[in-house]
Amino acid sequence: MRAKRKQKLFVILGLVSLAAIAVGLTLYALRSNINLFFSPVQIAAGDAPLARQIRAGGMVKKGSVDRDKQSLEVTFTVTDYVDDLEVRYSGILPDLFREGQGVVVVGELQQDGWLRADQVLARHDENYMPPEVAQALEESGYSPQDYQAKAGELGQWRDAQSNNANLN
Amino acid sequence: MWAFIHKLGSPKWFYAISERLLPWFWVAAAALILVGSVWGLAFAPADYQQGNSFRIIYVHVPAAFLAQSIFVTMAVAGFIFMVWKIKLADMAATVMAPLGAAMTFVALFSGAVWGVPTWGTWWMWDARLTSMLILLFLYFGVIALRGAFSSRDSASRAASLLAMVGVINIPIIKYSVDWWYTLHQPATFSMTSRPAMPMEMWAPLLIMVLGFYCFFIAVTLMRTRSEILRRESSKRWVRELTMEVS
Repeated sequence: MRAKRKQKLFVILGLVSLAAIAVGLTLYALRSNINLFFSPVQIAAGDAPLARQIRAGGMVKKGSVDRDKQSLEVTFTVTDYVDDLEVRYSGILPDLFREGQGVVVVGELQQDGWLRADQVLARHDENYMPPEVAQALEESGYSPQDYQAKAGELGQWRDAQSNNANLN
Repeated sequence: MWAFIHKLGSPKWFYAISERLLPWFWVAAAALILVGSVWGLAFAPADYQQGNSFRIIYVHVPAAFLAQSIFVTMAVAGFIFMVWKIKLADMAATVMAPLGAAMTFVALFSGAVWGVPTWGTWWMWDARLTSMLILLFLYFGVIALRGAFSSRDSASRAASLLAMVGVINIPIIKYSVDWWYTLHQPATFSMTSRPAMPMEMWAPLLIMVLGFYCFFIAVTLMRTRSEILRRESSKRWVRELTMEVS
């Protein structure tokens, strides 16, 4: 009976680890498809297809948002602190959209390297704080945007960290 | 040690001990959830960016925690049942599945509602959201497998196996936000690192998470007790017990 149990234990462990390896390999093979968006550095490297709907993501570069006074047209730069991507969009932006904020834009990459967006989604980071704290941080010269950029580097834009460290 | 484990595996012993534990967990769950939700929804400060919609976190995060923890617990119970043939583990696994599915749904739904004001969309096929949806389907699969066999033993074995294999999805959910680019932000609530929010926001969240766990334990104990009575209805101690009551 004991031997039988032991055998069963090994069979189950073997089965589960085989399944885990299978899933792991599948996810590894599909890793580029699983990423929700292309980072500007990938687009600059030519990984993203032209004339097809793609998603790109990164931080809205500070001072890059340019709103047209006559229409809803807005131009901004999405950055991953390594490369930049120019985005043009016509429509209503989400409430959370602002400079220094993470965004995902859906649209077509144009021949000359900018992206015509059909949809702009806001990302937010895992840091929450009351308005007073945000204000206090801003007054002391440490703005929430900085705070966010920092979180972004540590999280999704981890790869860019080394490059960004040189700038700070 | 072994004697204790054998005792724990005895439905009769479990029935007696759970009766004493149950009220404590119900009281703890009710108190924690009440305090946590009032504190979180009414007294915790609003977020500087998202305003009041950030308060969805007080339901979303505990539900998502529970959805994953219940699946792992179910898989462990399935493993114990498969290797050591402890029926009590299978009973517990049986009653956990619907609660886990419900919690997964709550996490997905509250996340979708939260997504509208913050992201600007209900749904996005990003790795975190998709893997969470797969978790919901895994729960459905486990529940359906139990109903699909005429013999309880084969049903239990199939369901346990699916739970054990499905547990692979849990690390994928957890690390999806680190491994891939996702719309969902990285983890907010972690036991190991410094909280990503000030204490007056974090404390009610912690209370809610603990309250949800107490709720899970209470519901599981209660439902396992009924499952014991149902499955062991021909046993002498159960008949004596029901005779006493009626």
